[in-house]
Amino acid sequence: MNNILNFLEKLGASARSSLSGLGSCTRLFFLTIIYSSDSFKRFNLTIKEIYFTGVLSLVIIIVSAFFVGMVLGLQGYYTLEKYGSSEAIGVLVALALVRELGPVVTALLYAGRAGTAITAEIGLMKTTEQLSAMEMMAVSPIARIVAPRFWAGMISMPILATIFSMVGILGGYFIAVLIIGVDDGAFWSQMQANVDFHNDIVDGAIKSIVFGFTCTLIALYQGLVAPPTAEGVSRATTKTVVISSLSVLGLDFVLTSFMFV
Amino acid sequence: MEKVKLDIWVGIFVALGIIAMFYLATRVGNLTSNDVKKTYEVKAYFENIGGLKPRAAVKASGVVVGRIGSIIFDPEAFHAVVKINIDDRYAFPTDTFANIYTAGLLGEQYLSLEAGGDDVDLKAGDLIVHTQDAVVLEKLISQFLYNSAGDDDDKDKD
Amino acid sequence: MEENLISINNLSFGYGKDLLHKDINMQFNRGKVSAIMGGSGCGKTTILRLIGGQLNPNSGNVTVDGKVVHEQGREGLRNIRRKMGMLFQHGALFTDLSVYENVAFPMREHTDLPENVIKDLVLLKLNAVGLRGAHKKMPAELSGGMARRVALARAISLDPDIIMYDEPFAGLDPISMAVICDLIRSLNDALGATSIIVTHDVAETFSFADYIYFLADGGVAAEGSPKQLLASKLPFVKQFIHSEKDGPVPFHAEAPEYQSDLSL
Repeated sequence: MNNILNFLEKLGASARSSLSGLGSCTRLFFLTIIYSSDSFKRFNLTIKEIYFTGVLSLVIIIVSAFFVGMVLGLQGYYTLEKYGSSEAIGVLVALALVRELGPVVTALLYAGRAGTAITAEIGLMKTTEQLSAMEMMAVSPIARIVAPRFWAGMISMPILATIFSMVGILGGYFIAVLIIGVDDGAFWSQMQANVDFHNDIVDGAIKSIVFGFTCTLIALYQGLVAPPTAEGVSRATTKTVVISSLSVLGLDFVLTSFMFV
Repeated sequence: MEKVKLDIWVGIFVALGIIAMFYLATRVGNLTSNDVKKTYEVKAYFENIGGLKPRAAVKASGVVVGRIGSIIFDPEAFHAVVKINIDDRYAFPTDTFANIYTAGLLGEQYLSLEAGGDDVDLKAGDLIVHTQDAVVLEKLISQFLYNSAGDDDDKDKD
Repeated sequence: MEENLISINNLSFGYGKDLLHKDINMQFNRGKVSAIMGGSGCGKTTILRLIGGQLNPNSGNVTVDGKVVHEQGREGLRNIRRKMGMLFQHGALFTDLSVYENVAFPMREHTDLPENVIKDLVLLKLNAVGLRGAHKKMPAELSGGMARRVALARAISLDPDIIMYDEPFAGLDPISMAVICDLIRSLNDALGATSIIVTHDVAETFSFADYIYFLADGGVAAEGSPKQLLASKLPFVKQFIHSEKDGPVPFHAEAPEYQSDLSL
């Protein structure tokens, strides 16, 4: 009986802390918006952050995209061939990437690479009292540190997702047409006939913007609330990846049911 | 990290993103090939629309000339009212046939317009009188069974 | 002009239920170097944070130049902080900026000075702490003592009226300690500033401070000039100054009876 009560107590406590975390995150978002004028007036700050979150993620995104595209091409071909529709491989690869895999996989990789970097950096700045020092110098850390990273993430994620989709399609083309031997014309023409710019590509872009917002905000929040110890910062980076990934997958379901059903 | 080098890399990054977007829009999507911008609306009544959906293709001689607008059920006349958006560039005579065909064996259903010979063209709001419903598999089978039963009867009579 | 630039009036503060400071009063006179001393965990650094407005008191107030700190809006707080410079315990230099950029930071954020003027000022400040030659280095390349001196140069970047030091002597070698000692005194006099030092280094502090506060048990246990305190008969002060192992601050933390704890 005691065990059950304990378990329920822990469940309630964790639900309450999750809700309060969500609330604090929302508050951070509004503060970031309020203090965002510097990120645009002194765009150099944001550019620097775009470099660190976006440019440095290019390698992992491009390599992953190529492999994902190739796997889609391979798996898709052997399944479609059974129904005599192997020429639809272009459509399969393109739609899977543009609608789902582009935004989602990019978001997961982004959370792992750029998200953890942001959390660790801010957590470390908190631990070494750099944020406190900035506050005492009458410079808002939100304006100077948080907001530029937020906007950089919002700009970088859609760009990365689009690049992912493009490279993935090229990977699928490479396998299907160049290696397996599907007809080049059929590959592209079927794709063009069935992929709609407004419904598929733009919706995919909207997804990636939402994911960019989510992952960056979570990374920033975890960095700011990390306990100022080495262990605290390391646990915060883990939490960033876990919470970002779960949020992205959950949001993907919600967005997909709005957009494509 | 020098400021100039930083700016160059970020510029390359953003340029790559724009290129990727263009690529997807033109090569992958249907943005260039399908500009159904200005359309005029006509309607047609069907007993059975089969699997026809809004935004399905409207083709003439196999070329996409428009999109299905809305499909609603008329509860007084008990038929389906299909609103069809035809590209402004194409005019069809008033005795055009509107048939529901299937693309491929298991493909999606689309509306095919076959032009008649009338001098007067369809205007916005007009009704296409000649229609052919979608083929429903069950009816086809029962027709087939009915016909073969009929043949057997004839044979018996002989 | 008030003689007390900073005044702490009937201040009570605590995280949660236990109060760290109970109804304390402290005054810091213009142009003087004051020290706040006490055992670890008695709330010395918290006083600095309360003065700077990073924390709000539970009751009572802190006034800086007549203005109550926790009643200030964003603009008011900004104006108060612009007159302050703070040296954090391990320097807290911005690790992604060079030494030059670190010292130039407050100038760039709060003034519209042209680049050549900023350059002269930065080198001036670095020269005052003896590190003009190191201006191109990154914080990671500096030793602890050097990092703290650069942080000091950054703290005096805008010629503040109030300079606060959080444990400036912690972990330094004797030479660096002597350097910092000298700098605190000379900078205070040169800038006409008011300095507040939080520390538990007796020998160094007593050599140059004008007034010293001792904190214990949430209140001011003793206060006075170094000469007055050296002559004090208070047992707490004597234990602290003469570094005695046991006295009013007991050696043993609270524990049950020794015999009952052991398994004999």
